[in-house]
Amino acid sequence: MDAGVFGSLVTVIFFLLFIAIVWWAYRKGNKQKFEDAANLPFREDPEDARKPD
Amino acid sequence: MEATYNYKVVRQFAIMTVVWGIVGMLVGVILSAQLIWPALTEALGPLAPYLSYGRIRPLHTNAVIFAFGGCALFATSLYIVQRTCQTRLLSDGLASFVFWGWQLVILLAAVSLPLGVTSGKEYAELEWPIDLLIAVVWVAYAILFLGTVVIRKTQHIYVANWFFGAFIITIAVLHIVNSAQLPWILGGDATSWWKSYSAYAGVHDAMVQWWYGHNAVGFFLTTAFLGMMYYFVPKQAGRPIFSYRLSIVHFWSLNFIYMWAGPHHLLYTALPDWAQSLGVVFSLMLIAPSWGGMMNGIMTLSGAWHKLRTDPILKFLITALSFYGMSTFEGPMMSVKTVNALSHYTEWTIGHVHSGALGWVAMISIGSLYYLIPRLFGREEMWSTRLINVHFWWSTIGVVLYIAALWIAGVAQGLMWRATNADGTLTYSFAQSVNAMYPFYTIRLIGGTMFFAGMLLMAYNVWKTVAAGKAVNDARIPQAVAA
Repeated sequence: MDAGVFGSLVTVIFFLLFIAIVWWAYRKGNKQKFEDAANLPFREDPEDARKPD
Repeated sequence: MEATYNYKVVRQFAIMTVVWGIVGMLVGVILSAQLIWPALTEALGPLAPYLSYGRIRPLHTNAVIFAFGGCALFATSLYIVQRTCQTRLLSDGLASFVFWGWQLVILLAAVSLPLGVTSGKEYAELEWPIDLLIAVVWVAYAILFLGTVVIRKTQHIYVANWFFGAFIITIAVLHIVNSAQLPWILGGDATSWWKSYSAYAGVHDAMVQWWYGHNAVGFFLTTAFLGMMYYFVPKQAGRPIFSYRLSIVHFWSLNFIYMWAGPHHLLYTALPDWAQSLGVVFSLMLIAPSWGGMMNGIMTLSGAWHKLRTDPILKFLITALSFYGMSTFEGPMMSVKTVNALSHYTEWTIGHVHSGALGWVAMISIGSLYYLIPRLFGREEMWSTRLINVHFWWSTIGVVLYIAALWIAGVAQGLMWRATNADGTLTYSFAQSVNAMYPFYTIRLIGGTMFFAGMLLMAYNVWKTVAAGKAVNDARIPQAVAA
């Protein structure tokens, strides 16, 4: 395959992959999961933990 | 026996961060004095060659990036991975190996660079025997860190670990590819057996070097310290990160874009024009993830801004983020060809680097260490919070003096170099542009000395904290919770 075509293909694939990541990160169904993950540093010392306002 | 965290290796690296920070910054202060008084170290007689500018300049960059910055990253990453994965490090033996191996690398650098042993590649000056040692220690670190992630007790991998993971893998690739070299001993000359030549030639060598050089900035000095930010800012602020989902997008966009920005170091060179333009475009795109990440960190304080008034550790962390924002705006701007035509090879570049290195990297590390050290030595807080505050102001004023002086110096230099008379001859000789630098070099020396003095304050505060405390070796791992 021509290097130029290959480069263009990889660029398009990476772009689509990135769009998929953004969609995955902001999907409604994942909201709770990520909020739990955000609280991971506070799991062990509950006195430090604060719920986001 | 109840499961505990390995705090020993974290403690070792944390203390050495302070030690190497002082050493590296002292060398920086000597260098900036040499620019004002070039004969400064000549009085040392037979010792003078070892302290000449050309030899201790790489000593300074290696010491502050890989000794100070490196130790700070080892300490914090190995602490964070244990705390957020709720498991002990994969292996205590491997942890000791990483610590002592890295200290040996630093020691060898501190001996070989003043002796003039160098491969001549910026930020990769160390010769092949040391390069091999670095590769071995780094792979051990990768196994230690990633292995600990694998045996985690939590379901999710906290975002800070993603940043550290990307940093570890990328640095391994960068180091191994850029350090590909032929030892001269293979040419049959054993008298200087440490000497080597790059495996690449000409413009390819330049491109590989700056692919390495820029990604050392991107992944060592940015991604990894963002890992630090994503743990210590929430912890010190007492609230979770502003948006975890933004942090995921931040992570992936940085990784996708950073790799391609290297050519902006080679504008107006023999590098093909399309590669130069590619570097510029990707550098400009970097503003988006950089500022997204900065806002994510700063907005974590939303609703708790009052804490900034009273908590000097938080001041360090948030000011670091502000400098991160400033230098990640300045960087893309400087990579635009027309701006670069003015700024390249001038003091502006040095100012930009220090805005990132002192303002972002050093300040986020210092803030994180002030959080970490009392916890490693069984204290509630540092010996003196007032001293942390003094340290904060010394370093902030120091950085501002430093970068403002070099902005003016750099722009003046660039304008003087390009100025021509009506008949096309140069308006200024090179020596005249050097002469114009004196006042700014002096302000820079004052700023740098203030930052260095702040590190001495920190060392005293750490000393008192350690003396009053006791090494914690029984930090209990809590019952694992699903997350």
